[in-house]
Amino acid sequence: MYDMKALYQAKSVKDAVALRLAHPEAQIIAGGSDVLVQMREGKRAGAELISIQALDEIRGVSMEEDGTLRIGSLTSFSHITRDPLIQKYINVLGEAVDQVGGPQIRNIGTIGGNTCNGVTSADSASTLFAWDAVVELTGPEGVRRQPIQEFYIKAGKVDLREGEIQTAILIPKESYERCFGHYIKYAMRNAMDIATLGTSVNVRLSADKKTVERARVAFGVAGPVPLRAGTAEKAAAGQPLTMDLADRFAQAVKEDIHPRDSWRAAKDFRLHIAVESAKRAFIESVRLAGGAF
Amino acid sequence: MEKHKIQYETIRFNLNGEDVERTVDVRASLTDLLRNDFRMTSVKKGCEVGECGACNVLIDGEAFNSCIYLAVWAQGKRVRTLEGLLGPNGELSDIQQAFVDEAAIQCGFCTPGFLLTAVEILESGKEYTDEELRKLLSGHLCRCTGYENILRAVKKTMYRRLGKV
Ligand SMILES: Cc1cc2nc3c(=O)[nH]c(=O)nc-3n(C[C@H](O)[C@H](O)[C@H](O)COP(=O)(O)OP(=O)(O)OC[C@H]3O[C@@H](n4cnc5c(N)ncnc54)[C@H](O)[C@@H]3O)c2cc1C
Ligand code: FES
Ligand code: FES
Repeated sequence: MYDMKALYQAKSVKDAVALRLAHPEAQIIAGGSDVLVQMREGKRAGAELISIQALDEIRGVSMEEDGTLRIGSLTSFSHITRDPLIQKYINVLGEAVDQVGGPQIRNIGTIGGNTCNGVTSADSASTLFAWDAVVELTGPEGVRRQPIQEFYIKAGKVDLREGEIQTAILIPKESYERCFGHYIKYAMRNAMDIATLGTSVNVRLSADKKTVERARVAFGVAGPVPLRAGTAEKAAAGQPLTMDLADRFAQAVKEDIHPRDSWRAAKDFRLHIAVESAKRAFIESVRLAGGAF
Repeated sequence: MEKHKIQYETIRFNLNGEDVERTVDVRASLTDLLRNDFRMTSVKKGCEVGECGACNVLIDGEAFNSCIYLAVWAQGKRVRTLEGLLGPNGELSDIQQAFVDEAAIQCGFCTPGFLLTAVEILESGKEYTDEELRKLLSGHLCRCTGYENILRAVKKTMYRRLGKV
């Protein structure tokens, strides 16, 4: 038995918002792979829960009329990886979430939970940062959209306001068009391990594949929340594609990241793997985009 | 202590092919429900925090660690446990027999969980490489066998079902 005070099961998004307003103390539970573990550990003991598990309306991936890719917040990791739209437009996200935990966790865990927990090591987060994802929140006043970078306030805290739930993650067309990316999860084990560092890079090349039009890079566990490395991105934008550029791009990430010492890894080690991962992920992204050095 | 009213909900779901109905305490995990109400003791309690896979069951064909799944969520779902793999007279299924043949079982605590993940793998009808199978089986801990025999049992059954032996 879980140490739970009460459970309210939402029947629709509207119902979930009403339950949030009626029970401001209650916590949302989606797949439960964070919430139930923390309840078992005592961190959330005695809490009231609002379950959104049954809201099929926010499950699945679809394409909106203007070309925006919509990922319902309740979509599980395994469904994201298998989804044809994801594979076609942002395959790196499917690959990144295919590295979460193990197979059962990927059937249980949702992308909404992975972003609303505000955790820097979340395997989807660095890729969502690197692709300028937009978070859709539904609350008493309706729907609001917010760039994912602004959604994260601090470690473990995101901008979820009174009565709100996250209903989707959106990837605008301008963000994914002609972009190819690669994610590297650096962890101590191949499965069932949290990232020591997560690196997600994507590039858009010119038509002749000789120039980097745009390169974006984001990290998890390089700071209290996931972050973009703007200096590196500026160093690469509009530059001719050379191996030297890959090096300069990778070295520049050191200007932007602030990893810390933890029991998982020392700060210097994280800096080292950040540079190396950025370089490897850049090279692989270029290869996927059809470029050659 | 604060007085606390126990909250119950009645759910219907399909368990190993049979439609069932139960009134459950909302605080129960699916592991609790399957073990206590249905005596499905193949569903093991290992870590109870989603790490080991001993409590794994199939929900609508996908492997879930039932220890981090609320019992009330089973409403309307198809749930399968190891007990459902047996034939009408208790015969072992091909994958269970393969675990026996390959000595993929020692103490047996991890076995039901592994078997249901194996069922999900086999029912996909796909052929996987060793590396892919290792990844697909990586959500289970076995403290006895060293995994090689388990991998072999799943692989042999996969080839047999694909008509490739
Ligand atoms: C064994 C194990 C291994 C794991 N390995 C990894 C790993 O390798 N990488 C990784 O990134 N994570 C890992 N996790 C963590 C977890 O699986 C993920 O963070 C998952 O995405 C959480 O999703 P969920 O739906 O289960 O979230 P829940 O536990 O239901 O919720 C998580 C948090 O988000 C909030 N929330 C959820 N959905 C919404 C919503 N739609 N609107 C508003 N708030 C919401 C909840 O209130 C809660 O605070 C692991 C967990 C376990 C148990
Ligand atoms: S008992 Fe459920 S995963 Fe260990
Ligand atoms: S056989 Fe003992 S844990 Fe696997």
